[in-house]
Formats: sequence, structure tokens, C-alpha cells
Amino acid sequence: MKRMKSNFLSAVSRAEVWAGRRPGAATSPPDVTVNAGRQSPAVTRLRRPPQAWDRLKKNRVALAGVGVVVVVALVAILAPWLAPYDPAEQFAEGLSPAGEPFPPAARFWLGTDLLGRDLLSRLIYGARVSLLIGVVANGVALAIGTVLGGLAGYFQGWIGPVFMRCTDMMMAFPALLLAIALSAILRPSLWIVALVIALVNWVWIARVVYAQMLALSAREFVEAARALGVGPGRILSRHLFPHLLPTLLVWGTLGISTTVLFEAALSFLGVGVRPPTPSWGGIINESQSYFLSAPWLVAFPGAAILLTSLAFNLVGDGMRDALDPQMRGR
Amino acid sequence: MAHYLLVRLGQALLVLLGIIVLTFLLTYIVPADPARMIAGQSATAETVARIRHELGLDQSLPVQFGRYLSHIVRGDLGRSYAQKVDVGELLRSRLPATVKLMVAGILFELLIGLPAGVAAALRRNTWLDQAVMVGAFLGVSAPQFAVGLMLLYLVAFKLQILPLGGYGSVAHLILPAATLGIAGGGWYARVMRSSVVEVLTQDYVRTARAKGLPPSGVVLKHVLRNAALPVVTMVGLDFGTFMGGVVVVESVFGWPGIGQLAWQAIQIVDIPVIMGVVITSALAIVTGNLLADLVYPLLDPKIRYQ
Repeated sequence: MKRMKSNFLSAVSRAEVWAGRRPGAATSPPDVTVNAGRQSPAVTRLRRPPQAWDRLKKNRVALAGVGVVVVVALVAILAPWLAPYDPAEQFAEGLSPAGEPFPPAARFWLGTDLLGRDLLSRLIYGARVSLLIGVVANGVALAIGTVLGGLAGYFQGWIGPVFMRCTDMMMAFPALLLAIALSAILRPSLWIVALVIALVNWVWIARVVYAQMLALSAREFVEAARALGVGPGRILSRHLFPHLLPTLLVWGTLGISTTVLFEAALSFLGVGVRPPTPSWGGIINESQSYFLSAPWLVAFPGAAILLTSLAFNLVGDGMRDALDPQMRGR
Repeated sequence: MAHYLLVRLGQALLVLLGIIVLTFLLTYIVPADPARMIAGQSATAETVARIRHELGLDQSLPVQFGRYLSHIVRGDLGRSYAQKVDVGELLRSRLPATVKLMVAGILFELLIGLPAGVAAALRRNTWLDQAVMVGAFLGVSAPQFAVGLMLLYLVAFKLQILPLGGYGSVAHLILPAATLGIAGGGWYARVMRSSVVEVLTQDYVRTARAKGLPPSGVVLKHVLRNAALPVVTMVGLDFGTFMGGVVVVESVFGWPGIGQLAWQAIQIVDIPVIMGVVITSALAIVTGNLLADLVYPLLDPKIRYQ
């Protein structure tokens, strides 16, 4: 009978359950002994990256996701050349004589918004905001989470429990409320929005890194390095960090999907990126009062958000399967 | 068990206290001045100073915090700056709507997610499995507010099956609950599928089959009960996950719950109300986690708390 005493002393995040972690598994010290002897696939896989890559190449769904990500990234980068019009220009002929926006037609492919601006051009420029915030916010969250989770997992002692209680607290804090409050007070720029999202999202990554670090630092090669007199800094950066890379890669990708949705929700509530900068959530926010007459103003930006978020989810999931064959089809 | 319970309860209280401190500090350091907000832009400096004094905002941080904490312990969350009503009363009037929405949302995601996940696992690698997984990915990746608005447009406006916003009957509840639960349905389908797949490979399932139990009996008696374990934890966590969604969904549907209350309070820096909502939702999250942990061992006899 496995002793599971302290496995349940802390909550398991939805994301951890999603990632295939059974509640309580590998999140706290007692499991170290359970996991330590086993050659975990998470550890062996880095030595054979070509295999992981081969597996990813065969995963058609994941490749489709990669395709969409590349397309969205290209659209964001090439926005000035791709957009048919200036996203901020209010066309007199973009509104009907009664002042109503036009549905999709030949002149304005996806129709116009309430101010007579071209929706397609605004969507194209909106990709920049979504991706930029998605990547930056998630990158910052990844960095904070890796450093804090990694240090807590490596040094253990009293730091571990304190760390777990702090993350418990962060997880019990309603993230969107916190972000709304911060954004509403700070009247944010794009970078502040990214920072706010990072501040409420790092905790998930920190817990995953912490769990893995606990298991890793009990392994023989770490013991050997310590015995040879290698300092903690070098052990962390040279011996342990490389083992975390696959996890970080997977979580970094899946996290972008969450971040894109989070930014869209903030912008929809009017506390994200400020107008006139076009963002997908913001476009829906501006059109909300009129959406029954002009549903395309909700449908197209909504589809853009869905597609981007979906693509990063598919890629992240494909990477997880490729890097950890045991998870395949699970 | 009793010891475990005490430790767990102590931790929950610690987390709550931490959240109160954190929120309080946050409201203290914000650049916005609540006294100015109440007095209005045209008020004189004396009026603002008087209001600040009346609210006790001119006292030092430890004094303010000590007073706030002593009030909370007695169940007093203070008075709303904007509405001149007790925060407790505001929460009580708004909470039923939100609880209804959350419970309906959880029911929705369970009803959609669990059967889909089980079906996908039992028919692994068939078209059904793939269809469920595609649906799950779509649900998880969908922006709730856009889904809600499109549901309103298609179901309520075009087809006129359900009412266009509003609050009251069960019919009003369906679209908001579906919107709230759409992502969760995807999560549950996914987790349930992987859980059932894992349980199906266990020795006890093989034994049950070998002793001649009919397939339906194996699934019902052995597989589902074990596979449902991660779901228990997830339902406990849903209260937390939903707090964010509630703000968005209530805003889309004009649902008179605490999400709307928080949203309005944040815009006018009504600090006691913000604090009240944050503490209430943190309480819900902590309680949800605690309950999930306590129900877990009842379902899984392998686990003994020591």
C-alpha cells in the first residue's frame, strides 16, 4: 500500500490533472522515493531528441496546429503589408446611410465595425496584440515559475512547504478578479497587461517545476555531482535545468493558449489593451451593444481567438505525446 | 484522520488569512483615493479630508488592518463606499444568483464531459474517440464571452427558443450555464477519458473480466468508480476556476451575481465590496478543495490519512 499521507495536503490544479497527473502523484516529498528508482521517461527523453521530433512529425493534428501557429505569427508580423486598409481609418462609405455597419461584402471582406472601420484589417492587427501578450506574458510566467519552483524543489527543507502554501494561496486567489483590479487601477499599456497576466499565471508552472525538481534532485546523478563538490548553482543550471526543458516546452506552449484566452477576456471586459489599439477581445467589447444586428463583429474575432488558442493547445499536446511516449493516447 | 483533518483545516485558514492580507495590501497601495471617489471630482479638499477621516483611511496601515481583521472575525465585512449598504448584505443578495449559475455550470460540464470521456475511452481510437477529443479541444480553447454572445444570437435571437438575457426561471439559466461549463466539459471529457483508459489496464479489471463478469458490470462496478477519482478533485477546484468565468458570463448575460458586483465595485474602487467578493470566492475555493480532499478517501479505500 502506497503511503499517500501528504499528497493531499495541497490542492492539485486543474491544469495538473489535465496534464495527466493523477491527483497527489509526484507533487510532494513522499513520492520522491516512489519515483526516484524509476527511470522516468521525462528524464531519458532529452538524450534522444530526434525520436521525439519524429513522433511529432507523424502527429498530423499537432502539425496542423503548428501550421496555424505559423500562419497567425506571419499575419502578425506582416500585418502592415497584409491588411487591406488602415485599421484605424473610419470610412464614410463603411457605414450605411442609417449609420449601420456593413456585413461581409466585396469592398470590406469581413464587413465593417460600428465606426465604419474595416474588420479584416483590425483582426489582422489584433493578431499582433494577442500573440505578443501570449508570448511575453507566458514567457515571464515561465521564468518566474521555473526559478521559484526550481529553487523550492531543489533546496527543500522548510522552503518546500512554505512554497506550497504560497502557491495554494495564489491558486485560491481569483485570478481574473485580481487581473481586472490591477488593470482597472493601472490603466494599462500592452506591457502592463502582459505583466499582470504573468503575475497571476506563474503559479501553475511553478508547481509543475517544483514537483519535477523534487523527483530529480533525489536522483543519483545529482548525488554524484554533489559528492564531487559541484556547487548548487552549477548543479541547477547544468545538471537539472536541461531535464526540465521538455516540461517547460510543453507548458510554455499550452500556457500561450491560456494566456491568449485570458488577454481576450480582459480586453472584452474593457480592462485589457486600450483602444484604439485593435485587439480581438476589444473588438467584441466595442460591438457588444450592437451584436444582434451585426453578429459578424462577434463571430470573426471570436473565431480568431478560438483558432489561435486551439492551435497552441494542439501543438502543446502533440509535444507532450512526442516527448513522453507513455502519455500517448492517454 | 483527525490529525490530518486538523492540519488541513489549519492550512486552509492560513491560506485565507494570507489572501486577506494580500488583498488588503493591494487595496492600500493602489494609487486611487477612495475618499476622492466618494466625494466626487468637484468636492473641496476639506470634504475629502473629512470623508477620509470618517472612513479611518487617515490612520496607519497596521491600525487599519487590525480593525478590518477584528471586524471580519465578527462577520462584519464593512460598508460599501458607493451604496451605503453593508457588504455582507450586498453579498447575501447577490450570492444566490451566482451559486445557481455555478451549480448549473458544474452540472452542465459533468453531463457533457463525463459520458463523452467514458464513451471515448471505451471506443478508443475510433471516429467517436476522435470526435470527442476534437470537441474537447474546441471547448477548452473557446473564448467564453464570444461563445455566450453567439449562443444568445443563435438560440435566443434567431431561433427564439430561450430568453434573451434576464434572470429568474430555469430557461434563463440554460445559456449562461452552458457558456460557463463549455470549457469544463472539454476538461472533464479529456480527464475522464485518460482516467478510464488507465483504469482499463489495471490488473483488477483483468481479474474482473477473467472471472466472467459481463462487460457492463466491469465498467460500472470497477472501472467507473476508480476512474471518477480525479473528477472529484476537479469538481472541488471548479469553484475557483469558475470565479473568473463568472465575471465574464455574468457580464455577457446581465446575470445579477457577485461577478457583476465585483466588476462594478472595481470600476469605482469600492474597496470593502472588492475585499468582500475576494474573500467570499477564496472561501469557496478553499472549501471546495477541502471537501474534495475529504470525499476522496471515501471513494478510494487505498488511501489512508496518517
